[in-house]
Amino acid sequence: MLEKAFKGSKLYYGWMLGLLTIIGISFGFYLWQFNAGLGITGLSRDVSWGFYIAQFTFLVGVAASAVMVVLPYYLHDYKAFGRITIMGEFLAVSAVTMCLLFIIVDLGQPIRALNVLLYPSPGSILFWDMIVLNGYLLLNIVIGWKVLEAERHNVHYPMWVKPLIYLSIPWAVSIHTVTAFLYCGLPGRGFWMTAIIAPRFLSSAFAAGPALLILLCLFVRKISKFDPGWEQIQTLAKIVTYAIILNVFFLLCEIFVVFYAQIPEHMDHFKYLFVGLQGKGALVPFMWTSMILMVLAIALLIPSQFRQNETVLLIACLAVFVGTWIDKGLGFISGGFTPNPLHVVNEYLPTGPELMISLGVYATGVFILSVLFKIALTIKEELYA
Amino acid sequence: MPNNSKGMYNKNLVIAGIVIFVILAAFPFWFNVGRSAPAPEIILTEKAIAAEDCVRDKEYMTLEHMQLLDVWRDAVVRDGKRIYVNPKGVEFNMSLSNTCLDCHSNKEEFCDRCHDYTSVSPYCWDCHIDNPQGD
Amino acid sequence: MKSSRRNFLKIAGIAALGVGAKPVFDTFAAVGGHGPTEPAPIFKSSEEALTANHWAMVVDTRKIRSERDVAPLFRACHQVHNVPDMPLKRHEIKWIWAESFHHAFPDLHSELISDKIARTPFPVLCNHCENPPCVRVCPTKATFKRESDGIVVMDYHRCIGCRFCLAACPYGARSFNFFNPDDYIKEVNLKFAKRTKGVVEKCNFCEERLAEGIIPACVEVSNGILTFGDLRDSRSSVRKLIAENFTIRRKVHLGTSPAVYYIV
Repeated sequence: MLEKAFKGSKLYYGWMLGLLTIIGISFGFYLWQFNAGLGITGLSRDVSWGFYIAQFTFLVGVAASAVMVVLPYYLHDYKAFGRITIMGEFLAVSAVTMCLLFIIVDLGQPIRALNVLLYPSPGSILFWDMIVLNGYLLLNIVIGWKVLEAERHNVHYPMWVKPLIYLSIPWAVSIHTVTAFLYCGLPGRGFWMTAIIAPRFLSSAFAAGPALLILLCLFVRKISKFDPGWEQIQTLAKIVTYAIILNVFFLLCEIFVVFYAQIPEHMDHFKYLFVGLQGKGALVPFMWTSMILMVLAIALLIPSQFRQNETVLLIACLAVFVGTWIDKGLGFISGGFTPNPLHVVNEYLPTGPELMISLGVYATGVFILSVLFKIALTIKEELYA
Repeated sequence: MPNNSKGMYNKNLVIAGIVIFVILAAFPFWFNVGRSAPAPEIILTEKAIAAEDCVRDKEYMTLEHMQLLDVWRDAVVRDGKRIYVNPKGVEFNMSLSNTCLDCHSNKEEFCDRCHDYTSVSPYCWDCHIDNPQGD
Repeated sequence: MKSSRRNFLKIAGIAALGVGAKPVFDTFAAVGGHGPTEPAPIFKSSEEALTANHWAMVVDTRKIRSERDVAPLFRACHQVHNVPDMPLKRHEIKWIWAESFHHAFPDLHSELISDKIARTPFPVLCNHCENPPCVRVCPTKATFKRESDGIVVMDYHRCIGCRFCLAACPYGARSFNFFNPDDYIKEVNLKFAKRTKGVVEKCNFCEERLAEGIIPACVEVSNGILTFGDLRDSRSSVRKLIAENFTIRRKVHLGTSPAVYYIV
């Protein structure tokens, strides 16, 4: 099937070449970081995780959201999603790959990364995260590939794939739960010290992931002869609607607890993010933008006549994606580190090289996604067009 | 399913591919056949010559010093044990800098020559000072 | 016809494989194993070594009048351990340093406190917690609590630089080497190792000095501000101070049980 990825238009080749160029340039920046040290990023002894880990966290959510197409199709026999499960699974493959790359670029001693396997430490959540992420990647590659291959030959996929599919459902939940546990089990980090982090992560993931999938469906319909389908997109839109409402609800629950209890250890992080603290508040405009986007998305998604208008739906999905990205990919990590445990505000801002390296990881993910989607779409075009 | 003759055609390609892969992967080996440089001569400091015996005999040290250093490291860092008793019953402070490199204070002529020859680049010296006496 | 060509290709292929692979096998055959099996090596500790069941420190802040009383502690430690002086504040490496009461004890802070306390610089360092979160989160056991004496040790050889421990430490006691520290060490102590870029470091309660029977560098120059001893020995100097004075520890509500006690 891989040969399908090599046969494409000039535009396709140009696109892939462009991605490779970005990857190449950003790899140069990574070599700089590799040789000089993480000091070329904006990280500090106070905000010791930043943009990389935030992107990792956000993308784990995108990866986990594949379960929102897999579960209705395989567990509830919702036939319509049969057309697009492959897109969800391949999106997950690309997203998990980016997650792993973001972890690697964040390491101070990347050549020692395999020490995690050499000295397995089940007490560390990072150890489990390594297991669930790699497992999820493998599951989605195998399932996606075998099911697509079977579809292509118009036969049923092999029976041994079925248990893997069932396994992938709780596994998807596990990757984001374990990722949440990285943060919420740390004493002395009041912002993360809440049991609702995992549910919040999952709700924002099930909003952002399917929103991205809708955008991809609309895009696919434009560039190929394969139509993911009206019903499919509309069902995804309902999933996005419920998930984004839940996400905002969970956030409001947090805000109530924190501001009613008024325990500084928990409250001051929210203050820093939304109004600024000790005269510093670089993230304030971003956080409010995120809030406005999420509320706007809810307003656009609830009325069915809006949701059924694909232009409005596109805007709503963009709002969901950008809104949740700011919340998780910008605010969540540095907000948890600011103020620091000694109650000092030392702000974090990513640097140019840091953003370039991140861009390269994203380009790698998009490259993988393009290859996989090219294969899937060529096969779908043969079948449905 | 692809037809039979096509499948066979692929098999030939696969065999050719494996052959090319193995030849390429073995490049450093066949490229260097018969061209190996003579083993370098290492120079001992006067202190090392005067000591006569190293921690272990010369052959063991030549072959196994990295293994020895590895167990030393774990003994010191992880178990807090700092003294090594060699088979002759002589005690040594397990310290790369303060024991090994105190005697072998000529890194370029002692360590580097063999490491360069065998094309390994251990990074011990990023942290461990190569000449603790500072001369 | 077709079949014989196929056979020819197979045989030719296998032959070529052998030609390509032979030098590889030869090379590995020449290297061989690691000689005869070694008897287990014998390791021991020095007889002069200072030992304890759980090392602990008491800081008598009543004896601190100004920054001048504590600065020598920090200098002694950072000099003996080759702690670099990084040019940017956000890359700072600190093993022991001073904080105001407000920052050292943010949960005990009041707007209205005695002038003396408000002025006193509190020396802070790794607490060598009895229940250390940094050890719990480390994915490689590069940081671990030494069973013999309770010191929370760093194995710089094993650290992958994930900085999970920086997130887990509620005391800001851990520093990360954002750059190669080599260029920023003012005066190198040739007897002690440096660190490399990309690893985490922190106070080690001078375990290298204890092994030789010497008390920690900061304690040595502290003029009685710092006392060092065994937390589990009821007759030790630290236990005596704790029994006779009211002491506080940093963020006890987190359950980490710090082994550094402060008399205020």
